[in-house]
Amino acid sequence: MLFPPPAEPPAPRRVVVTGAGLVTAHGVGWRANAEAFRAGRRSFRPVTLFDVSRQRARLAGEVDLPARLPPGRLSARHEQRLDRAARLLLLAALEARAQAGWEAGEPLPVVLGTSAGGMALGEEYFRQAVQRPAARRRQPTRVIHYQAQQQGLDLLAALDLEGSVTIVSNACASGANALGRAWDLVRRGRADRVLAGGYDALAQTLFAGFDALQALSPAGCRPFDLHRDGLTLGEGAAVLCLESLDAARRRGAEILGEILGYGAATDVHHLTQPHPEGAAALAAMQLACARAGLAPEQVDYLNAHGTGTPLNDAAEAQAIHAWAGAAAARLPVSSTKAGIGHLLGAAGAVEALVCLMALREQWLPPQPAPETPDPLCRFPLVTQPAGARLRVALSNSFGFGGANACLVLGRCP
Amino acid sequence: MTRVFVTGLGAVSPAGWGVDALHAALAAGASLPCVPLPHPGRTTPLRTRPVPPVGLPAELARHPRLRRTSPLAQYVVAAGLEAWRAAAGPSPAAAAAVGLIVCLTAGCVNYTRRFYEEILQDPAHASPLLFPETVFHAPASHLAAVLGCTGESCTLVGDEGMFLQGLALASDWLVRGVATAVLVIGADELDWLVGGAMNLFVPGAVHAAGAGAVCLQGDLAHPAAPAVELERVTAARSYTPRQSPAVAARAMRRELPVGTAAEWLVLSTPPPRRFDAAERTAWGDWPGPRLTPQRVLGTAFNAGTAWQVVAACDALQRGLAPAATVSVVGTHQQAIGARFVAAGAGEGGAAH
Repeated sequence: MLFPPPAEPPAPRRVVVTGAGLVTAHGVGWRANAEAFRAGRRSFRPVTLFDVSRQRARLAGEVDLPARLPPGRLSARHEQRLDRAARLLLLAALEARAQAGWEAGEPLPVVLGTSAGGMALGEEYFRQAVQRPAARRRQPTRVIHYQAQQQGLDLLAALDLEGSVTIVSNACASGANALGRAWDLVRRGRADRVLAGGYDALAQTLFAGFDALQALSPAGCRPFDLHRDGLTLGEGAAVLCLESLDAARRRGAEILGEILGYGAATDVHHLTQPHPEGAAALAAMQLACARAGLAPEQVDYLNAHGTGTPLNDAAEAQAIHAWAGAAAARLPVSSTKAGIGHLLGAAGAVEALVCLMALREQWLPPQPAPETPDPLCRFPLVTQPAGARLRVALSNSFGFGGANACLVLGRCP
Repeated sequence: MTRVFVTGLGAVSPAGWGVDALHAALAAGASLPCVPLPHPGRTTPLRTRPVPPVGLPAELARHPRLRRTSPLAQYVVAAGLEAWRAAAGPSPAAAAAVGLIVCLTAGCVNYTRRFYEEILQDPAHASPLLFPETVFHAPASHLAAVLGCTGESCTLVGDEGMFLQGLALASDWLVRGVATAVLVIGADELDWLVGGAMNLFVPGAVHAAGAGAVCLQGDLAHPAAPAVELERVTAARSYTPRQSPAVAARAMRRELPVGTAAEWLVLSTPPPRRFDAAERTAWGDWPGPRLTPQRVLGTAFNAGTAWQVVAACDALQRGLAPAATVSVVGTHQQAIGARFVAAGAGEGGAAH
C-alpha cells in the first residue's frame, strides 16, 4: 500500500549505501572510475555515435561499452533488444547488486532518474516512420524500449527483482532527486531497501539541442574558469543500494557510506537559465544541510554542479558563498564534469557516488586548474590530486526547468 | 497528519477546457466524434480526439513563460490552475509552498519531433527555441513559474499508472510537511508519432490528449463540504517475468474493497476486449456502477488516468456516489489502484 503510509519508526533511520555501480567515460566499475577521478583524468573524445560534423562542438564523454553484459537473468534475445541507455543502467545495477549481496526475488522499490530514457531508439523509430512508413519491422520493439520505464523493468528482470518502478525526469537533477526520494523511503520506514540511481546515454537530439543553445564548449568544459564557454556532454549511469544502517549491520554488510541529507527547490527564474544569485540552489543546500543536522563548516568537500556554462557557474558560486559564508574560503570545491562531461539525468547519481568514493578512500577529486580563475569563486578549487581527511561531502545538481537538488553524504559510520 | 483531501479539480480533454465539460461528456456517455490525423506515408489517417482549440485565457497566453509553449505545457498549466483556483489557497504566499508533480508518458513529443526533423535537415540550423520545450520537466517548470512555486517539483514518467504513483508521492510530501498543498497533474499531447506507435499495438485505437489535475491538501480543520478524501493508493505492481498484467491486476484488486452497489468503479482500459481482459477479469465481481472515461474520450496515457480520478472525485463532490475506486492496468508497466471517499461517508470499506 503506497498510501496511507505504515507507521513511521520512532526516529528517522540512518540510511547507508551497501552497493554501488558506476559507468562513465572513465570506465566501467568502481575501481576504474576511482582511479580516474582521483587523478583528475579527462576522458573526452570526438563523438563517434552519430554525425557531429555540422555542430560547433564535437567532443563528448563517450563510454566504451562491453560487447555483452555480465551474466544476469536476461535472455540473449532480451539483451539484444536493449538500447545503449539500458545497457549503461544494467552494467551499473549488476555491479551494485553484486556488491551489496542482495538476494534475487526480493520485493523492493526502484527509483531512477533519467532525462532522455531510450532517446536514440526514438530517433530510429522516427527515421523509419518517415523514410519507410510501410516497414513495421523492429518498430514495436523501439516503441517499448524507448520508454524510460521499460529500462526500469529491464532492470527488474535482469536482477530478478519484484517491486515498483518510479522514473524521475527532472532534467539534470533527476539522478539526485531519485536518490533523495530513495533516501526518504528508507529513512521513514517506507521501504527496507531501495535500488536507486540515474542513467542517460548520448543521443543526437540531446547533443544538437545543447549545441543549438550554444551551451556546448568546442574545446571541452572548463568549470569556474573566467573564460569558460560551455559544457561537454557525457553519458553513464550510477546505481546505489540503500538500506538502513541497522539492517546493514545486522547482516554484516560492507558499508560504503551514508546519505545524511537531501534538499530540493524550484527555480522559477527562467526555463534554461538559473536565478543569477542561485536562489533555489541556496535553498536546496540549506534544506539538505538542515535535514542532515550539519552546518556549512562541517562540510569537507563540495562536488559542484559546475557545468562550465557562464551562467551556471556564476550562479552556483554565488549560492555557495551565500550558503557557506566565511566557511567558503576553506571549502574544497571541484566539478567532476571536467573529466567525464555532463551526464544529464545520471549526473546527480554519478557525482554522489564520486563523493562516496572520495569519502571512503580519503581523497579529493581534482579538476583542471582554470587558466583564469573566475573572481566570483572565492573558494579553493581542487586542482591537484591530494589525499584528504573527509567526513562529509555535498553534491549539487541543478536542472533545466529549475529543478535544484542537493545531497549530503557521509563517511562510513 | 495522515489524512489527505482532494480540494480542487481541473481538466482539459477532448470534451473541452474545464471539469464541467468533462463531466457533461461523461454524463452523456457517448463516444466523442473522431478527427482524422494524417500519418506521413500512410493512406489511412489515425483516429484521434483532440482538445478543442480554445487555448489558454488571454492573460495567461501573454505570460512570458507561455508564449512558445507546447500544447502539453498549456494543458498542464490550464488544468493545474483550475485545480489550484478551486482549492482553498490561491494567495501568492500559499503558492510558494505548493508542491508540483506532473506525470507524463510521451511528454513533449510535438516539439521533440519538430526539433529532430530540423536536426535531420541540418543540425546546425535546429532551433534553440524548440529544444528546451522538449524536456520532460518543462511543463512543470512553466506551471511553477506561473504560480510562483519555489518548493519541490517533480516530473514522473511512466505508463498510465504513474499518475496514481504521483498521488502517493504527493500524499507523502503532505505527511512530511514538504508542502502545504500539492498539485498532481497527468497530461499527454496528440501527435502522429505517438498515434502511429499506439496503432502498432492496438489497431484502430483512438489517440486523445489533454490533462487532469487534482489539488491535495492535508488534514483540514474544516473541510469544505462536500469534501473528498483520498482513502488509499495500492502498491504499484510492476509487470515482470513472474507477474503478468493479469496477476498484477488481481493483486491490485485485492488491496481494494469489495465495493457496494452504490460505489463507483472507474476503469482504465477501453475495449477491444483482448486488451481490457486483465482489468475486466480482475473486477468481474464488482457490484456497483462502472465508468471508463477513455471509452468516451480516447486513450491519453497519464491524462486518461487523471480524467479517471477527476471523474471519480467530481462524482463524490456532486453526491452521486459515497465512494469511488479507480483502477489502472497500465499499458506495459504496472497495475495500481486508488480509492476516494466522500468525507465521513465511506471509510473503511471491507477488504476484498
